[in-house]
Amino acid sequence: MSDVRLAVLGAGAVGSSVADLAGEYGHDVVALADSSTAAVDPDGVDTTAALSQKADGAGLGSATPEDALATDYDVLVEATPTTLGDAQPGFGHLATALERDRHVVLANKGPVAERYADVRELEVDSAGTVLFEATVGGAIPILSTVSDLGASRVDAVRGVLNGTANFVLSRMAAESVAYEHVLAEAQDLGVAEADPSFDVEGTDAALKCVILANRLVEADAADVDDLRERTTSLEAAEVEGIRGLPADALELAAEDGRTVRLVGEATRDAVRVGPRLVPEHGTLAVSGTRNIVEIESTHAGQLAISGRGAGGDATASAVLSDVGRLS
Amino acid sequence: MPLEETDTDNLATGVEEKLEADTDNLATRVEDAVDDEELETDGGPGSDPQVHTIMLELPDEPGQLLAALQPVAENGGNLLSVVHERGDRTPRGRIPVEIALECPPVRFESILDGVRDAGLTVVEADAESYADEVVVVLVGHLVDTGLSGTLQEIRENAEATVADVALSAPEADEEQPSAARLHLRAREGCVERALSTVRAVADEKDLTVIEPLGGV
Repeated sequence: MSDVRLAVLGAGAVGSSVADLAGEYGHDVVALADSSTAAVDPDGVDTTAALSQKADGAGLGSATPEDALATDYDVLVEATPTTLGDAQPGFGHLATALERDRHVVLANKGPVAERYADVRELEVDSAGTVLFEATVGGAIPILSTVSDLGASRVDAVRGVLNGTANFVLSRMAAESVAYEHVLAEAQDLGVAEADPSFDVEGTDAALKCVILANRLVEADAADVDDLRERTTSLEAAEVEGIRGLPADALELAAEDGRTVRLVGEATRDAVRVGPRLVPEHGTLAVSGTRNIVEIESTHAGQLAISGRGAGGDATASAVLSDVGRLS
Repeated sequence: MPLEETDTDNLATGVEEKLEADTDNLATRVEDAVDDEELETDGGPGSDPQVHTIMLELPDEPGQLLAALQPVAENGGNLLSVVHERGDRTPRGRIPVEIALECPPVRFESILDGVRDAGLTVVEADAESYADEVVVVLVGHLVDTGLSGTLQEIRENAEATVADVALSAPEADEEQPSAARLHLRAREGCVERALSTVRAVADEKDLTVIEPLGGV
């Protein structure tokens, strides 16, 4: 599908990369909005101009985010920051688009991590479809691989799904330096946020695993009500982070040919995230901010895909792949 | 001759102990003790040599077989047979070795300990199978919460042996958590049970368990 009219909500790293790259994929951005301003043009927004205007502090344009949502588009790209609980305002944006029979591509994890059944219920009554490859593992095609294999034939998905935590653990193991030291380094490099809790406490990886687990149970659900019964949530997940992990723990693991990674596991029954021992040179021991997933499937056995789990362009590529699938 | 002296000493001690233990049956006990052949050996009860078997899996490296046999010799075991076929491999690429030996039961544990201390994997000892080995790292205030007590609880409840413990040098700063690596050997199919015991014990003491990912 090319020549798609995109309305992009959210102008952070992912939203602005989608706006930048859309033209290369043959699409037009007809609206680009952040939380307070928007640029809307049915003939295509000059995204470069809008983003540089935003960088200068003037906002994206004279329109409002509501104008962006009301404009005529084919696909809504929801790239506002992930929020928990009711997942607003992202969920509301998605609902509006589906009510108008438009497609939705999510980069925002909130709606599918917290309200998976609600999303599917709205989708049933809409001509629009919701895709969300970018919500799990950035550039890595995890959900589409699960769909290709057939979610009913996938037993488990596990992997390293948070680049910040992986950067910290792999640096600690390589340099034998303390957690706090590596975290400060990661913050200097822009790999970790000023408040890294979401990443180092395992919440981010857990949300991704909840999405995956819900995708797996969906394959067995008869209808939306059944799906609602089966879906899991962040509250039900067993989550342990890596905050304050002593470098000694990594050294002891290394003496044994092992290392520690923050591993998330999603099955139909449970979501579990925590520091785990993995073989030092094994598949899951990726280093730096790299992510990796292993998909355990009935007939294909184990598949592993590794790549960039975050970053504007990498995540935007997953968004634009989803747009391409909406034909 | 020194040997005679020793024997006499043993006999005397034996009688004395039994006297203390049971004065009522003094006459009988003394008679029994004199008849008891065990008193003429140096091992006391349980010292009759028996045949034991050990199944090992050795890495394919020079000196491994010697390392496995050394503890047998050191503990006075009498080697009966060694079945070692280099062509035979386990799925993990190790070489299965079966050792049959003769020694008093009390010595057998020391031999097993010696073999394990040499870093070798005992798969089975006298048909009691320790098929599964699992490694965990515990993190937290290990010393404050009593590491030996923690290990004891794991031993008692996990139906697993703690084959090896490595503790990181405790920091001068007591606020900092320390770490310990445990090798647990569980009977075949009991790894999950062993791990859940470790989890429960750790939970009680507010320790973090870094578990292996399945199949490690």
